[in-house]
Amino acid sequence: MIDFLKRLFGPSGSSTTAKERLRLVLMTDHLELSPELIEAMKRDLVDVISRHVEVDRDKIEVNFERQDSALAMLANIPILSVGRPNGNPTLVPIETVQSPIVANGSAPRVRKRRKRAAKKTAPTSAAPASAAAQ
Amino acid sequence: MTARKIVLTSGKGGVGKTTTTANLGATLAKRGKRVILIDADIGLRNLDLVLGLEKRIVFDLVEVAEGRCQLRQALIKDKRFESLSILPAAQTREKDAISLQQFSAIVELAAEQADYVLIDCPAGIETGFRNAVGGASEAIVVTTPEVSAIRDADRVVGKIADEGKPIRLIVNRLRPEMVRTGDMLSVEDVCEVLAVELLGVVPDDEEVIDTTNRGEPIVLNDSSRLGAIYDKIARRLEGEIVPFTNFDGQGFFGRLIDALKAG
Repeated sequence: MIDFLKRLFGPSGSSTTAKERLRLVLMTDHLELSPELIEAMKRDLVDVISRHVEVDRDKIEVNFERQDSALAMLANIPILSVGRPNGNPTLVPIETVQSPIVANGSAPRVRKRRKRAAKKTAPTSAAPASAAAQ
Repeated sequence: MTARKIVLTSGKGGVGKTTTTANLGATLAKRGKRVILIDADIGLRNLDLVLGLEKRIVFDLVEVAEGRCQLRQALIKDKRFESLSILPAAQTREKDAISLQQFSAIVELAAEQADYVLIDCPAGIETGFRNAVGGASEAIVVTTPEVSAIRDADRVVGKIADEGKPIRLIVNRLRPEMVRTGDMLSVEDVCEVLAVELLGVVPDDEEVIDTTNRGEPIVLNDSSRLGAIYDKIARRLEGEIVPFTNFDGQGFFGRLIDALKAG
């Protein structure tokens, strides 16, 4: 039955994974950016953001996307909760915190919107979680 | 009027360069074009075998380059297609047995007596690849819908583009039923990732193994499934606008029919 539904509702197989993996590997091939460098950039980016909010380090995704002739680095960083890790060691659950990020919705929605917004943003303009590189 | 000099290349081995060269060459010859196929894979000669001409080799590419014989002495005429001949590679020599200048000179000479010179490029991106691409004025990149083949195709596309030569793509061994279930990259996906103009799509077919076993080009058989596919590719190569067969997604109802059939 599951198989039947899978066939009915269209591509859900490994081709999507293949395409995403290819996209990333070709981008790094073209840029000659080593996977180590990407990891380092990811780490630094997360360190900076972690000063202000708690993020889910295991679920961070970094992608590169071609926009016209420029290249955009898109970071998708799920925020677990908003708090100041230095000043307030106990992290407050996101629902109870009043902050601009929370005001925009729950954490997963912020993540989704941010990703989409970053895609639309021109590489030169600064988006919170996207950095332009060329 | 000199021939079009086209290299068929892929980066990765085993994606079907030689089979494509043989069948595209035979198709063009069947369409009345004068075709010379050059096997540039020195040391790993196979084009002769795929075409069933292995017993007729007298001289090879390296011997022509070294001036041991004339090009016309080394060319093997295919008796099934009057206007098709091949220049076999040397089997017991290394890739660097021939320089780019020597190779280009042979391609030029062949081009004077043909409409198409198709060069079967060796796998890899070293000397053999550089010679084969250097001797051509345009390229056909052959790939399969697999991540490793596509990544390698992307490498050769970059290298050929650096030389400013036009490139077109053949997606080989597509399995439409796997594309429909989302288990194989679609032609659209491959084209999007590689950003190269599509020349043709060849579905995976047992016919290829069978005809290769016999050393017969697919187009020899008029009722062949793939013969019609290669014919379309040949026509596109000649500048005709030929619509592509849609092997990709087919919408909800198509999938419903498929799911019912499979279920």
